[in-house]
Amino acid sequence: MSIEPRIAGKRVIVCAGSGGVGKTTTSAALAMGLAARGRKVAVVTIDPARRLADSLGLDELGNEPRLVDPARFAGHGIEITGELWAMMLDPKHTFDDLIAQLAPDEKARDEVLENRIYQELSGAVAGSQEFTAIAKLYELDRSGAFDVLVLDTPPSRNALDFLDAPDRLTSFLEGRALRVFLTGPTGLAAKVVGRGTSVVFSVLKRVTGVDLLTDLSVFFRALGGLLDGFRERAAGVKALLADPATTFLIVTSPEREPVEEAIFFAAKLAEAHLPFGGLIVNRVTPAEGLDAEPEAVVAELTGELGADLARKVAATYRDARALAQRDTAAIARLRREIGDEQPLLIPQLGGDVHDVDGLVRVHEHLFGPAG
Amino acid sequence: MLDHRLLFVTGKGGVGKSSVAAALGALAAERGKRAVVAEVHRRTDVEHVVTAAGADHVSIDPQDAMEEYLVDQLPRALAELLSSSRAFAYLAAATPGMRELLTVGKVWELAQDQRRTPGAEPYDLVVVDAPATGHGVAMLAAPKTFADAAMAGPIARQGRIIHEMLADPARTAIVAVTTPEEMPVNETLALRDGLEQANGQHLALVVVNGLRRKRLTAEEAGALESHREHPAVTAALGLHVLALEQRAQLRRLRRHIGAPTTTVPYIAGGADIAAIARRLDGALA
Repeated sequence: MSIEPRIAGKRVIVCAGSGGVGKTTTSAALAMGLAARGRKVAVVTIDPARRLADSLGLDELGNEPRLVDPARFAGHGIEITGELWAMMLDPKHTFDDLIAQLAPDEKARDEVLENRIYQELSGAVAGSQEFTAIAKLYELDRSGAFDVLVLDTPPSRNALDFLDAPDRLTSFLEGRALRVFLTGPTGLAAKVVGRGTSVVFSVLKRVTGVDLLTDLSVFFRALGGLLDGFRERAAGVKALLADPATTFLIVTSPEREPVEEAIFFAAKLAEAHLPFGGLIVNRVTPAEGLDAEPEAVVAELTGELGADLARKVAATYRDARALAQRDTAAIARLRREIGDEQPLLIPQLGGDVHDVDGLVRVHEHLFGPAG
Repeated sequence: MLDHRLLFVTGKGGVGKSSVAAALGALAAERGKRAVVAEVHRRTDVEHVVTAAGADHVSIDPQDAMEEYLVDQLPRALAELLSSSRAFAYLAAATPGMRELLTVGKVWELAQDQRRTPGAEPYDLVVVDAPATGHGVAMLAAPKTFADAAMAGPIARQGRIIHEMLADPARTAIVAVTTPEEMPVNETLALRDGLEQANGQHLALVVVNGLRRKRLTAEEAGALESHREHPAVTAALGLHVLALEQRAQLRRLRRHIGAPTTTVPYIAGGADIAAIARRLDGALA
């Protein structure tokens, strides 16, 4: 089986799933495979452990895609006939860039970037990852520089955060309250910095401390100048995610929690009418060859190995069988709940798969044997 | 470990963080402590296990925490006015870091002798099932970040009080959960650095979850090589390799982490919170 028919003609591939299921490696192997098939590919990852950087032998991935040296794969039977680009997302950097792009002039840009609230709080908070990830995706898509983009999504506890990011931003920006707050000399922002007559805001002052509040109102006022740009961007991002040339791959392992998360996420995709491309199950213990009962294994091997070692082998064999049975049941449940009859199964490959050899092995399972 | 007032349990996604937090809460309850497990990401599947063990379970919602805070800080009429003010709700929701601050503020409140919530009993121990590494560090740093940003006023004052408690190793302990695999170990090492840089905090314990049994000695594995054609031998050698790789990662973690570690065996079929609690019981004794 191969992932190829699932992603044929797609320009944007989003790999989603819970943390710790091999999503980053899968994304990188997918991108490498496409680059080996002549495409110009960029893989975008958001990974604090720098897994992708390790995989691709890059010490630092900047906030712009960098070309991966095809020589890295040469000794591994992978010939990059296209181009493989990789980047690690820096949310703070991406947000700064976005502000700079959307600001109508330098003054407005600096007002936000130099605002103490923006500086102190935007960098400290990881919560902007979801939005900045797709903002970056959108920017790369618009640049037209790549045939295919592969996005490794943030390790979000709740996949919804990622899907909702454009909507949340838009609804916030279009909220009546914010407009009241932001606009005109009678707007609440004006009142806060001005006479402070509003009861709400005099109380706010008391709760937050006046310095914070003044900074906040300046922050939101400055942001107000960027409103149209933000709204347009959010709409563009939403359209990109729903585009027929975009596909969502759900990556999971057969463990209980990632399976539940995958089922949940698939339902959310369907609800949001977003294009689901297929399911990838990593770290599967294959059930083939594990039919014999452990007792039979002891009997069979005692002659050759002695009773002691045969019993040890049988005990480990029993562990492997239990794992395989668990995985078979998990995959059946995934098939049923997600409605993907042919999920792509990648076996437990022994330890972590984080180097070029590992990528090549995952790649073989994703694209099928070479040839 | 269980004599702290606050335990933050964090780690990479998928390593069993929630199960370890639930097990610690259950263990504290068994030892006669009034314990509560507080989770911050809308997961309730460990709730019944925690409550069955005699501990409480709460799911912290930043919006509720905000309303609670307002009611406590302000005259009732004003608090209601703010709570129902959409402008205020939007402002709070849009302020970067506000969610983290409200969440950690609620955690702090749970750990006070004098609970803000009228009639609420104090807890001996609050176990926080904290967000994954990056978000977790951001949450722990939020009070200080806000205190520095606000400088004056009640938020700054409270931010400093909360930060003081979080940074006090006698009252607050941070537990990292990991699996003995390369990337989770890397992330645990990065977590240690992040905590020290952002907050001057140290890891009190690292729980290494999912350690597979190593049943074969090197000689036995060697003797099996010539019998690889047998499917049971192949399967046994496959798991043996996994067990060896895990031990190499465990050694690497122990060499570099500079904090106590304890292991929890792999359990096929998912988290068995009671089994994890038994294991930690021995380790923390």
